[in-house]
Amino acid sequence: MMQLDCPWCGKRDENEFVCGGTTHIQRPPLSASDRDWGEYLFFRDNPKGLHLERWRHASGCGQWFNLARSTVTHDIVSVYAMTDPAPR
Amino acid sequence: MNYSAWSLLRGALAGHRNWSPAWAPCEPKSRYDAVIVGGGGHGLAAAYYLAKNHKVSNVAVLERGWIGGGNTGRNTTIVRSNYLYPESARLYDFSLKLYEGLARDINYNIMLSQRGLVLLAHSRHDLDAMARWANAMRMNGIDAEMLTRDQVAALAPALDLSPTARLPIVGGFTQRRGGTARHDAVAWGYARAASRLGVDIVQNCEVRGFVFESGRAVGLETSLGTIRTERIGIAAAGHSSVLAKLAGFSLPVTSYALQALVSEPIKPLLDTVVISPGTGAYVSQSDKGEMVIGAMLDLFPSYAQRGSFAVEQSIIAGTLAMFPAFSRLRMLRQWAGIVDVVHDSSPIIGPTPVPGIYINCGWGTGGFKAIPVGGWTLAHVLATGENHPLAEPFQLERFVSGRLIDEAAASGIAH
Repeated sequence: MMQLDCPWCGKRDENEFVCGGTTHIQRPPLSASDRDWGEYLFFRDNPKGLHLERWRHASGCGQWFNLARSTVTHDIVSVYAMTDPAPR
Repeated sequence: MNYSAWSLLRGALAGHRNWSPAWAPCEPKSRYDAVIVGGGGHGLAAAYYLAKNHKVSNVAVLERGWIGGGNTGRNTTIVRSNYLYPESARLYDFSLKLYEGLARDINYNIMLSQRGLVLLAHSRHDLDAMARWANAMRMNGIDAEMLTRDQVAALAPALDLSPTARLPIVGGFTQRRGGTARHDAVAWGYARAASRLGVDIVQNCEVRGFVFESGRAVGLETSLGTIRTERIGIAAAGHSSVLAKLAGFSLPVTSYALQALVSEPIKPLLDTVVISPGTGAYVSQSDKGEMVIGAMLDLFPSYAQRGSFAVEQSIIAGTLAMFPAFSRLRMLRQWAGIVDVVHDSSPIIGPTPVPGIYINCGWGTGGFKAIPVGGWTLAHVLATGENHPLAEPFQLERFVSGRLIDEAAASGIAH
């Protein structure tokens, strides 16, 4: 079972968490075109490899945090706070 | 060679040494009229219908691994058309009708078994929702019947029907034309039928890029060299985004692992498909006697073809809640396929932002049942440049216009 390192609670089993999908998505201004708005809502990079995503420790502290995780090996490369910039 | 009782008898008398390969192995040519990327059911069906319906037979199917080795070999083999909205109902029932005539059409026994499928209602609210669902199906001309608790008991007596069950069964509904088909036979049958019409089936050939000329895709870079073609069809399920990225566009797709497992073979116990939206698990018994069990997605993006243990546990718990008698069954195999999930659980079949490239994706957790219609409609748009009327509502453009077809019935279970 995959284990995630919650920044507040430490390592816990994956079924304590909920994945919130891709992180760092910027909401476009309300003046955005239908196409830009559609891309914001639905279109995703869906990479085969490193993916920056948000998770919530739903059955624990309830806090959100960010992960850099491989979608191929499920290895977690880094754990960082919601407001941190994307790791380089 | 045509397969028949006569050819089987002749084979038996000849010690089964007279069989020719079902499809011819081949190296790709440098040019085709159309190329399909992805040798799963949808890609092979598209190639077959291109040759059969549209007389375009200078076609190659490029498969990175082996034929039917992706999701076509990794599903729970269930066919059904119990969808809610008219657009989906038309699409999926066309597919089921093609399945009903497929063995004869492609001269290959796909072992279609219309044993029916039963959805369980665990509460008064489930019953109300199912009555709406079944009525919608009947309005769309598709068979559906509400079932009382006693009717469910008669169809699947091994279920825990006691009032003290974790999720008591109060009724359900059935689509009797639903059932199962042999998944490998669908892939092999389409491959053989396409090959017999002149289609090249190229295995172990990975697409690594596309060739562009003045904004149009005019060919593919593959591990077996460059192939020129004016029309490219992508049918790559969970890897659609990877190919789209190579071509320079993105898709509203997220790839997830969907897992299933089978038990050791046991004597006949269950002659229908049982789905419980409440437990999130569904069960059928294969012709070999194995219990085939499927359930919900691993709900985080993944390209790893293995399911997580956390979800496996809940699948087994859900199955045992329905069938306590399975508690001592040993599981033989567990696997996962990478499925292409879109926001409204409906497919995308048509042109892409890159001229010359067409796509068939977004089937998510329900691609197997849709193989015939996915191939039929992709072949149509590749051959004519026009969307097939059945595929017209299922365009990429709907994610800009907002005209989604939010098909909660797509998964059959709550995702």
